[in-house]
Amino acid sequence: MKKRISVLLIMALLTTAALGGCAGGTEGSSGDNSSVESQTEGTNESSGDSTPAQSQTDDMQESGQSQTGTPVYGGSIVVGIQQDVDSLDPHKATAAGTKEILFNIFEGLVKPDENGDLMKALASDYTISEDGLVYTFTLREGVKFHNGNTVTAEDVKYSLERASGLLDGTPLISSLSVLTSVEILDEKTVQVTVGSANTELIYSFVAAIIPAGSGEEESGTPIGTGPFSYVSYKPQEGIVVAKNPDYWQEGLPYLDEVNFKIVNSPDTALLEIKGGSIQIYPYLTDSQAGELKDSFQILSAPSDVVQALFLNNAAEPLNDVRIRQAICYALDLDMVNEFVAGGGATLVSSAMLPTLHTYYVDLTDTYGTGANIQKAQELMTDAGYPDGFDLEITVPSNYEYHMQTAEVVAEQLKAAGIHATINPVEWSSWLSDCYTDRNYQSTISGITSDMTPGYLTNRFQTESKKNFVNFASAAYDEAYQAAAAALDPAEKAELYKQVQKILCDEAGSAFIQVPPITIAMDPRLAGYKFYPVYVQDMSTVYYTE
Amino acid sequence: MDVKRKGGIKWNKYLIAGLCMTGLVVLLAIVGIFWTPYSTTSMSASERFAPPSLGHFFGTDNFGRDIFSRVMKGIGTTILISTLVVAMSGTAGILIGALTGYFGGIVDEAVMRITDAINGFPSILLALVVISVMGTGQRNLVISLGIVFMPSFIRIVRSEFIRLRDADYISRARLMGVSRMRILFVHILPNIFSTFWVSVMIGFNNAILAESGMSYLGIGVQPPQASLGKMLSDAQGYLTTAPWYALAPGLTIVWIVLGFSLLSEGVQRLSR
Repeated sequence: MKKRISVLLIMALLTTAALGGCAGGTEGSSGDNSSVESQTEGTNESSGDSTPAQSQTDDMQESGQSQTGTPVYGGSIVVGIQQDVDSLDPHKATAAGTKEILFNIFEGLVKPDENGDLMKALASDYTISEDGLVYTFTLREGVKFHNGNTVTAEDVKYSLERASGLLDGTPLISSLSVLTSVEILDEKTVQVTVGSANTELIYSFVAAIIPAGSGEEESGTPIGTGPFSYVSYKPQEGIVVAKNPDYWQEGLPYLDEVNFKIVNSPDTALLEIKGGSIQIYPYLTDSQAGELKDSFQILSAPSDVVQALFLNNAAEPLNDVRIRQAICYALDLDMVNEFVAGGGATLVSSAMLPTLHTYYVDLTDTYGTGANIQKAQELMTDAGYPDGFDLEITVPSNYEYHMQTAEVVAEQLKAAGIHATINPVEWSSWLSDCYTDRNYQSTISGITSDMTPGYLTNRFQTESKKNFVNFASAAYDEAYQAAAAALDPAEKAELYKQVQKILCDEAGSAFIQVPPITIAMDPRLAGYKFYPVYVQDMSTVYYTE
Repeated sequence: MDVKRKGGIKWNKYLIAGLCMTGLVVLLAIVGIFWTPYSTTSMSASERFAPPSLGHFFGTDNFGRDIFSRVMKGIGTTILISTLVVAMSGTAGILIGALTGYFGGIVDEAVMRITDAINGFPSILLALVVISVMGTGQRNLVISLGIVFMPSFIRIVRSEFIRLRDADYISRARLMGVSRMRILFVHILPNIFSTFWVSVMIGFNNAILAESGMSYLGIGVQPPQASLGKMLSDAQGYLTTAPWYALAPGLTIVWIVLGFSLLSEGVQRLSR
């Protein structure tokens, strides 16, 4: 008799344990989904993480600066990544999780630096004609591909023509499709002509330069000019890169070898970090960061994602600007930050990354970061909904971070009399229903930015294909077009601030935060740099002794 | 056979323990419908991760919500879903099992092969397939689990009907011209109840575990509604920092399952 009871008990415990074991499976599939997501014009978090990491405590370092120690050359590290790569061809790779790795292998004529500016990479200099239609690049002397060949103007011409579609008619990088010709002026100078002026086009020249004619081989044996060269790739396992001894930047990289290892589940990752088999893991959750902070370096910086309660401006009753404003007032952003980001998020009220310092304007005072229930109810009464209304929040359920935010937000809206319900959907149905068909009332999700100020603001134009919130404002369209066309930097910045203000004032959506990204790094390492865009730059990482 | 027991039921310790354990759980669930010590959804930043205390029996979670209150609601959700699942699959099991078992033939063969096919899949996987076709939500969860649990009931009912269909009293009834439906549901059915109840109990237990498992995987009950499985998955990230968060729903599941196991054992012994 007793035996039976204990057997039952053990069975019950085992079942609980088995439930625990299942977690890996779902997390894994969420990783796969996120590669899809980045292909859709960066609609969601590029971090590809169900819970973009968060910082929690004061003793965490705010960004890479405080890492110290004398660099030692050599050594190898393992970096945990969350998803498999979608293509090793730098022009074809679309997933953010792939680009973050390829950043180490490939370089363009220019490349981003950690401040969000562009530095000259394969081009030692470039000039842009006054009308913005002709770009002239001077190539850097003596840069070599990983195969030992020197980079020539031929290679640059081939790469740009391939990426822009001039070669075979299909642009691989859509922003470069405005290129009309690539001419070799002399062996060190390449002139690019574009069809229409766009002051932000220069950011597109981060497109990788590959050896002339190597196109189809790139996906098998990628050859670039980056600080690390490709060694091997195994699907579902990871990708290994080794030091490029001929790298043009003196003294870089420090490490001999970097192994990007795919770890699907955050729980597995935590075990591997603790066990010492991963030295850098860039997607910590709030609680993991708290757990690791004694034994690991925890670094945190804003990500490149703007999270919002996106409101479908065409749906009842959200087509009334007062209702949208009421929702903005009702949200307690500080509380969201505290609950889901451990206080480490940057609160925003419009569609611009605070890290784009030149263009960003802090508008959080418009609706306040706390909840203003009274104001919200006044506006709702004005709009004819004194007793509140039903609001369905559609959430891509594979993103734990968005799900948690949704829970907090729903509770806050309840206080204002808005009856919010959460409708979790698969990522694919989110894409088709919310993003493509715009058939939803509100949704909590994130939109990923690049380094150009127009990237996020562009999508809120009335006619934009990406305007999935159906925001319609003539004033906004006008302001955006003026900002995009402006050539003078100061004027441009000013106009972009206006653009943000209009979007905020008209409550295009209820913007929430830029979630932090938190990494764990082995205490022996230093030199990790955060970028405003989502890359894992391993060239500056080194062991200290 | 017709010996009347004094006091109606012959109690055994399994039955008593099972009734006590499940009684407590059901009581909590019923009370939870009308009243919980704290709101199950209101959040409080100052009370995040409070360890178990007199104010919060099971402590608080990552949003500062009282775990005990949420467990109460969660039990209710779990029991409701499990009951519906068992009711659905049990009813279907009786109908299909009775007909196929009594009449046999080609229909019996076909139904058996279908249940074989259903049994061929791991149950959670099959439920996952159904959910992914129909979408998440409580109703779909019940339907999918109901389908998954049907074969076991069909088989049990069918085998009992096969056993009894050639019994003497049934042959007599048939000779006396009693209608088929009356034979099926008036003459045979009451005689399989003792077996059937045990399988209902076991099915109920499995349904509780399945519901928790599905919610754990994020495809069952959806937030902010409380569910034991969902709580378990939410708590997973805080296993080392706030172990009570995971322990509370986990031990509750163990408690419920153990309670119903004892109860089914007790019921089984009753009929011996």
